[in-house]
Amino acid sequence: MTRAGGGLLAAAALTLPLWLSSAYHLHVAIMAGIFGVLALSLNLLLGFTGQLSLGHAAFFGIGAYTSALLTLKGEWSFWPALAAAVVLAGAAGWLIGRLSLKLRGAYFVLVTISFAGVISLVSVNWIELTNGPLGLPGVPAPELFGWSLRSKTAYYYLVLAGIALSYLVSARLVKSRIGRAFVALRENEPLAESVGVDVTHYLVLAAVVSAAMAGLGGSLYAHYTRFVSPEVFLFTYTVTMVVMVVAGGKGTLAGPLVGAVLFTVLPEALRAAASWQWQMLAYGVLLVLLVFFLPRGIVPAVQALRGRDAS
Amino acid sequence: MTLAVRDLAVRFGGVAALEAVTFDVRPGSITSVIGPNGAGKTTAFNAITGYLRPAGGRITYEGVPLTGLRPSAIARRGIVRTFQRTSVFPALSVEDNVLTGLHLRGTAGFLEVLAGRRRLAAEESGLVTDAAATLEFVGLAHRRREKASALPYGEQRLVELAIALAARPRMLLLDEPGAGMTAAEKTVVSGLIRKIREQGVTVLLVEHDMRMVMGISDTVIALNGGRVIAEGPPAVIQAHPDVIRAYLGAPRDPA
Repeated sequence: MTRAGGGLLAAAALTLPLWLSSAYHLHVAIMAGIFGVLALSLNLLLGFTGQLSLGHAAFFGIGAYTSALLTLKGEWSFWPALAAAVVLAGAAGWLIGRLSLKLRGAYFVLVTISFAGVISLVSVNWIELTNGPLGLPGVPAPELFGWSLRSKTAYYYLVLAGIALSYLVSARLVKSRIGRAFVALRENEPLAESVGVDVTHYLVLAAVVSAAMAGLGGSLYAHYTRFVSPEVFLFTYTVTMVVMVVAGGKGTLAGPLVGAVLFTVLPEALRAAASWQWQMLAYGVLLVLLVFFLPRGIVPAVQALRGRDAS
Repeated sequence: MTLAVRDLAVRFGGVAALEAVTFDVRPGSITSVIGPNGAGKTTAFNAITGYLRPAGGRITYEGVPLTGLRPSAIARRGIVRTFQRTSVFPALSVEDNVLTGLHLRGTAGFLEVLAGRRRLAAEESGLVTDAAATLEFVGLAHRRREKASALPYGEQRLVELAIALAARPRMLLLDEPGAGMTAAEKTVVSGLIRKIREQGVTVLLVEHDMRMVMGISDTVIALNGGRVIAEGPPAVIQAHPDVIRAYLGAPRDPA
């Protein structure tokens, strides 16, 4: 992205609440932002190290529950609870990373799915802690220096800060030797090892950062919807993240954000335009078309077009 | 003594791929491992560089045991290998391939990267300069921006060599560096291998092309059926009856 383009985009994002008239539109923007954090998080693993986590909702859910429980039962304030959500989700990522060190591809996918399944069961059955399927209502809205961030506009800026942080972390990692090591593992693991890339270290690191970021998304979600239930572990959330990353362009920095905006706004737009059955059909057709015509995703396709123009 | 291999044994199931293999590689030499297909040459490479766990024996480098170490840890000790099949990072540019090879030269840690320390920008531009010099050395400077997978075969092999060199090996193991190359390309590679040795790097290579092997090696080790059958300077190996027999078969008994 050019500097001017990036600046324009940032300006647009910063002034968005001024342009969006209805609270509903702002709600869609906030959800797109939360999913943007999640998509960036999944992209670190899927896009850069090439490992598909199909249990990413687990890290999201751990973040959501941690933050909700600490503020509700522990009476922590939002900010330390947010930090704890990030740390705990990151620790879960470390565990998964260590457990599945020797596992790649399909086996890694299975471990992550199983992990999400187990965590989901815990959230349903550990009723004293989680209130079971009834969930935890009344998660407090965050406060900043005594100001409540209860309003949608305020929350939008909080989420925007979350995205900025996730993007910055992703960008700095990816553009460093650490990011090169991630990509080397994706491209050719034996060759990466032959030049001294420590597979264990970098896969675990990617899993920890990715999970921690998903935990951030979970906390932002919990304090926005003000309600957390075992639903946060639904497979649908993981699938949505995967669709966003793949459609937007895995292994690019902008791709997950483009995917997150597109696949949050689109279902909402379709909802207004058509009945439920048609919505799902249109959604499916669009996905097939995207995979068919832009197999590497939207952002790489745009980059390729630009490259052709330049040369 | 640089690399010492003692009684190395590797088994795949019940099959002994290597049995009691013992040899030394002198520092600063070019040593070749030859032998018919299935002799165990690549297996020996895999065992030395940590890609295979030997069933027995010892491998030491400057007196320090390598057995049981992971490949990345062995690379950190200055022993870097290439692979028999072309092995690059296909989707990356030639320059990024070499930058990845420079992994161990970088020092940026996780927290430093997140903090965006200014020192890192200087380090990064230093790495880019090093990558350019390495590409210049193998003659691929003009291909810098191209995607590695888009290069012709011979040039991909040079990218692979550049990746290995970027890791600043003290000992370089080349697995059939001339395989599939034209005669002209092989001459270039032979020249590069000599230059690499002149820079003080010990070279151990597996190669089928006898002209190349005999032309550049100080010492040749002949393997057959997982055992060392001969070791010595090229001229001695070329005339060694066991080596000739391994390649051409035993002379038929007069009936």
